Amino acid sequence: MLDFLKSLFKPVVPSGETAKERLRLVLLSDHLSLAPDVIDSLKRDLMEVISRYVEIDSEHADVTFEHRDREIAMLASIPITGVRERKAPEATVFPSPNDAHAAQELAPQLETVAAPKPKANPAAPPRRRRRKKYAAAAAAAAAAKRTAQEPPQVGNQASAQA
Amino acid sequence: MMRALESPATLLEPLAEPAAARGRAIVITSGKGGVGKTTTTANVGAALAAAGKRVVLVDADIGLRNLDIVLGLESRVKHHLLDVLEEKVSLDEALVRDKRSENLYLLAAAQTREKEDVVTAQMKALIEQLCERFEFVLIDCPAGIEMGFKNAVAGAHHAIVVCTPEVSAVRDADRVVGLLPSAWRPELIINRLRPQLVRKGKMLSVDDVNGILRLPLLGVIADEPGVIVATNKGEPLALDPSSETGAAYRAIAAKLAGENVAAPTVRVPANGSFFSKLGSLFGGRA
Amino acid sequence: MSGRRIVITSGKGGVGKTTTSANVGAALAKRGHRVILVDTDIGLRNLDLVLGVEKRIVFDLVEVVEGRCQVRQALIRDKRFESLSLLPAAQTREKEAVSGPQMVRVIDELAELADYVIIDCPAGIEHGFRNAIAGAREAIVVTTPEVSAIRDADRVVGKLTEAGIPLRLIVNRVRPEMVKSGDMMSVEDVCEILQAELLGAVPEDEEVIDTTNRGEPIVLDSTHRLAEIYDKIARRLAGEIVPFTNLNAPGFIGRLFTLWKAG
Repeated sequence: MLDFLKSLFKPVVPSGETAKERLRLVLLSDHLSLAPDVIDSLKRDLMEVISRYVEIDSEHADVTFEHRDREIAMLASIPITGVRERKAPEATVFPSPNDAHAAQELAPQLETVAAPKPKANPAAPPRRRRRKKYAAAAAAAAAAKRTAQEPPQVGNQASAQA
Repeated sequence: MMRALESPATLLEPLAEPAAARGRAIVITSGKGGVGKTTTTANVGAALAAAGKRVVLVDADIGLRNLDIVLGLESRVKHHLLDVLEEKVSLDEALVRDKRSENLYLLAAAQTREKEDVVTAQMKALIEQLCERFEFVLIDCPAGIEMGFKNAVAGAHHAIVVCTPEVSAVRDADRVVGLLPSAWRPELIINRLRPQLVRKGKMLSVDDVNGILRLPLLGVIADEPGVIVATNKGEPLALDPSSETGAAYRAIAAKLAGENVAAPTVRVPANGSFFSKLGSLFGGRA
Repeated sequence: MSGRRIVITSGKGGVGKTTTSANVGAALAKRGHRVILVDTDIGLRNLDLVLGVEKRIVFDLVEVVEGRCQVRQALIRDKRFESLSLLPAAQTREKEAVSGPQMVRVIDELAELADYVIIDCPAGIEHGFRNAIAGAREAIVVTTPEVSAIRDADRVVGKLTEAGIPLRLIVNRVRPEMVKSGDMMSVEDVCEILQAELLGAVPEDEEVIDTTNRGEPIVLDSTHRLAEIYDKIARRLAGEIVPFTNLNAPGFIGRLFTLWKAG
């Protein structure tokens, strides 16, 4: 009877598959811990990229790898101390009714910055739109910028980039 | 790099028997690799914990750790033995609680370091510390008789020798017994016995093996493909009520805990004793 | 021309390094090559037992290294295979008794006397392992299709790659029926996980223990299915392209299942 019941509730995944999956993760984890110089370079590059957009406290920043049940995740804990003064816009951001609201929500987390000057050459071809990991923050920052500026200039700029 | 350059004699000085309240530190060793030390450590530990004892399993196979993966805890290991010895983290931070039992903890080995990195005196101190917190400290010893072995033995009070019924394994076990502190009375587990082969005279019998080793027999466990499946899944057989191998490990755990149970055996259809030439291979212990 | 120097290693103990060394060495010798087997498991020697020559040991590796005898004096000629010899390990010494450079010198000397120097490596990745690979120019990594074995093999593959030693894989103790039922990883799985080229796959066989007990390597019995498999491994080592035995066929003889490049 027990055998019959056991066969009814046989696990769907054969143990060989389970073993393969566990091994894959464990070896990945082993390899990551065996390559400290690679990890160091990764951390440095990551900090460098992030610090192009926001100011960070690199002394208290940490990047670790966490081995979870079904995956290995990279966890970055990077204290942000400010938003960088942008020299040139990196992405086209379409204005949306939510921007002002979003800007208000994010405002306490961003230091107030002086509104940057508009782009030098309005006749320049519009920048191609790029997908951004930090789209929300960028959108909020752009919205904050726009609400700080005089409406006519912003309107022209926005339509030039549309 | 500093290494513990102590002579074998001082390294293997037995510690005084622990006071009643303190735990027992037992090293599980064999000499030969692949006979089932890690499987035994995991299963006996799981069985003891299931019986309500507080147990910690220590993986001393630095560089080639496997106790974590046999227990299915590989994704939970954040810190390891060397981190604790080098005081980078506290013991509590390094101990991994078992998924299934709140009585069972694992102290994993370092994967990317070397056995020579462990200082024997520190290992002894760590095991003593663990004995204050746990009733059983089971130390999974690496294969061989070098530094890894010496460190695993240091700090232990007792040894379980795991041996398979094969000439190489018996020879290595014999060597290992000779290197353990003479005051110890190590117990034997004969693992992976195949009764049909013993009956046909193609495998050493329990008597053949223990005729050489002459140790108190803690148990005999039959070879079973289920062990492979269990390791695939990371679920020790000791927790499977329907497994015979699991039952054998549970009986071994009960014996270790002082219960008056019979040592698990494997019945062989007819008495298959092997060859007498074995005696000449082993001219007594060194 | 100097002989090839191949180390047989695994990381994990008990996966069949020594059995593999003995049988691959014997298979090569059967084909007429001059083979010297070297047991580097100082303190826990077993290659002598597996070959059945344990009673004929006079000198060992450590004594050669310490200059207390000539290499030729320490070599034990196998009585069944004319061109097979063994340099045994010392039993009562420790692995630290030999250094890397000393090992290299011994292997160099042996390579002048044989077509193949097969170095049986101890378990682990410590001093014994480092010594064993010191004199090698190629490696065979032995593993079984089990989680711990593969994890340890992976570590060893890493170390060999660091040392610039090319390697190939032998997957040992395969149980085709368990692979079929999904309870064991397949040979292909193992090669994929380790990202290594397959040299051969050897099925689990209960006869092997018996042959070890008797000191008679299984390749002595030409009719045994494992003898054919080891013979194929020897041929691949020698540079031939040989189809892999289909382990799922009854008796494991004959049918092609994949053609692999050798070399």
